Amino acid sequence: MSQSRVILIGGGLAGLMATIRVAEMGRAVDLFSVVPVRRSHSVCAQGGINAAKDLKGEGDSTWQHFDDTVYGGDFLQNQGPVKRMCDAAPGIIDLLDRMGVTFNRTAEGLLDFRRFGGTLFNRTAFAGATTGQQLLYALDEQVRLFEAEGKVRKLEGWMFVSAVMDETGTCRGVCAVNLRTCQVKTFPADAVIVATGGLGSIFRQSTNSVACTGSAQSALFQQGVHYANAEMIQVHPTAIPGEDKCRLISESVRGEGGRVWVPKTVGDKRDPRSIPENERFYFLEEWYPKYGNLVPRDVATRAIHKVVFEEGLGIDGKAVVFLDVTHLPREMLTRKLGGVLEIYEKFVGLDPRDHPMKVFPAQHYTMGGLWIDNEKQATNLPGIFAAGECEYQYHGANRLGANSLLSCIYGGMIAGQAAVQYTKGLESGAEAVSSAVFEGEGKRQEEIYERLRTQEGPENPITIWKEMGETMTQHVTVIRYNKGLEAADAKLAELQDRYQRINLADTDRWGNQSLHFTRELGNMLVLARLITQGALLRDESRGAHYKPEFPERDDENWLHTSRAAYENGKFKFQLDPVDTSLIPPRKRNYKS
Amino acid sequence: MAEDKKILVRIKRQAGPDQPSRWEEFSLQWRPHMNVIACLIDIAETPVTRSGQKTTPVSYEANCLEEVCGACAMVINGRSRQACSALVDQLEQPIQLEPLSKFPLVRDLAVDRSKMFYNLKRMRCWVPVDGTYAIGPGPRISPERQQVAYWLSRCIMCGNCLEVCPKVNENSDFVGAAILNQVRLFNMHPTGQLHAHERLQAVRGIGGVQDCDNAQNCVKACPKNIPLTESNNDVNRQAIRDALIGWIFR
Repeated sequence: MSQSRVILIGGGLAGLMATIRVAEMGRAVDLFSVVPVRRSHSVCAQGGINAAKDLKGEGDSTWQHFDDTVYGGDFLQNQGPVKRMCDAAPGIIDLLDRMGVTFNRTAEGLLDFRRFGGTLFNRTAFAGATTGQQLLYALDEQVRLFEAEGKVRKLEGWMFVSAVMDETGTCRGVCAVNLRTCQVKTFPADAVIVATGGLGSIFRQSTNSVACTGSAQSALFQQGVHYANAEMIQVHPTAIPGEDKCRLISESVRGEGGRVWVPKTVGDKRDPRSIPENERFYFLEEWYPKYGNLVPRDVATRAIHKVVFEEGLGIDGKAVVFLDVTHLPREMLTRKLGGVLEIYEKFVGLDPRDHPMKVFPAQHYTMGGLWIDNEKQATNLPGIFAAGECEYQYHGANRLGANSLLSCIYGGMIAGQAAVQYTKGLESGAEAVSSAVFEGEGKRQEEIYERLRTQEGPENPITIWKEMGETMTQHVTVIRYNKGLEAADAKLAELQDRYQRINLADTDRWGNQSLHFTRELGNMLVLARLITQGALLRDESRGAHYKPEFPERDDENWLHTSRAAYENGKFKFQLDPVDTSLIPPRKRNYKS
Repeated sequence: MAEDKKILVRIKRQAGPDQPSRWEEFSLQWRPHMNVIACLIDIAETPVTRSGQKTTPVSYEANCLEEVCGACAMVINGRSRQACSALVDQLEQPIQLEPLSKFPLVRDLAVDRSKMFYNLKRMRCWVPVDGTYAIGPGPRISPERQQVAYWLSRCIMCGNCLEVCPKVNENSDFVGAAILNQVRLFNMHPTGQLHAHERLQAVRGIGGVQDCDNAQNCVKACPKNIPLTESNNDVNRQAIRDALIGWIFR
């Protein structure tokens, strides 16, 4: 089919890599992004990208990387795809190297690698402490070349609202809205790849960017795409607490020797630098001698919570601990961690080279996401594929640092290839589908927009968003109690009701930010309830999902993917078996 | 009392490119560590001016809120900068917000910066790879060269350097320092270097390096401290060399 097109939703690392692969294979691409793709949230990633290239003479291997990943994920992943990702990683790094990513180098001019959480090997390639930025820019530049050659059409400033499905339940395109003009339009395509990233905005206190709402995933879920392991939410141990955003302080800071501690004396008023070593509680090092400060994120976050809330040792009685690099050489800090330290200095006003940083855990990533099959990144709806953080495949119950950049690029490659193969197998393409199908979906979305634009009431979308964030952060992050989860779900249901009475102060069609935000907010509330109900369902503790009422991992009952379907406004969960045939589950204990 | 402290914000409002502009003032509740974005979110929650008039939330671009995506560039108290890193406690009041003037206005504080990305295409700012199939690692690069290249690669395409440049205006097609810096970056890379000639040819074209008059405002406005004047001069040197004697070496 000469007119065959593939649509990409999202222009972060996963979306751009899929775009490159599709364009390379000769299919035209329409790439949709709410922001100019170079401003996608991938740009915020700091620490690095994993690959077992074993350039440090340590005897590292892709099998070891695979084992670390599965162990880190508390055995919730289907293992085949994870192994293939780890096997592909060295080749991916090489490709990024060829594209000109300014990775840090050794004296021999080869890529440098550092240590990261949940592993004992130096397998994280990095570009200063802004690796996501350099990776994103490299892929952005590659796509620009395809754009110049007429192979890719970029639709920046367009937001996905729904998939266009024909009467056989096959996806034939998308419906999107122009954020500037409010024009609702349908776009035909033979395959759609969703790469819409994370959902931190649902928690508000998050390291994510403003655009990370999960709205697209939620919309697809409401159209019948299954969602898996929604409850698996990663809370990163070290972020600068903030009202508008919790700014990430990369795990690489600990990878280069940063140490987490609190003063042993509660409310110690001395300048931290003058507190002697024996009066400091380096709790991660004491509790976890083998991995020390580089235990995986869920372990580190729970440890910080314990020190602050159970032992009452937060600095000045507040919910903060120290992340200290003052003992490390200044030159090395600038060369390997400059970007991160710059963020701390700009937003807190103190130089981390001289003052231990004050940090606290913040929501950061979702391991759960759209369900996809094990081979093709294909969702359960024909024609819809997913790649990147928005799918659930690679990280199980907890993601290792520096594996996300890898899974985004790997997943993007697989999805791009699979989508093109799928289009070749179609009997007829989107252009053969009746225009009534497209018009119908376009009209439906226009009506939703019109209703939102003109509805009346006393509610404000920002207020509802703040209340949602507060509830989610309080009840659905680090420590989960069933009563708290039930209360959270009830609160979210109340917010959904109040949502019907939002009055937008701005009813204009041109450049109306609050209108589009409100559209997304409706989807965010659905996804928030899904995460909460998924957490309520899973009565065990595994990886990042921790319930004091069920403190142990329960493989007998819960070694399953919790897979949700949307039916008539309700969530229907099923438990799928997990393929652990390559590495049998063993107890997850980073103390030894 | 600190709890009652108010912040005064003055914003230039304009509903669209062909609409009249007006100023609006807002009185907001101070909180510790606020930045300009937090002020705009407060206004979105309570869109009422200081004099009690109902108005609309302010339109603006923002994403990362930590000065790495480049989205939130605007003119704050007369200075072109990112809004996320403009901390309220460091700003004189009333805090005055205006959109960038060198880019077409969309609405309020949101402008259209797509011409920067268009010029990246024109100046061929990429390292071409033969394909995504596996053919081994890239070329070796010394740590010293990497340090220089890495620093240049941190450009967030915010547009502040274009905003302050006297040669970026309605009568000129000058691409601006950010684009010239990218040309320098790609010419530095061993594979990129293979295609330096086509980049330098483009940069001698319309709006290219010859339009830089060394006003040196750009380097002062760059939030990432990129040595833009160095890059401008370096690209100028390369472009001249390529024009005069480049043919000998090709």
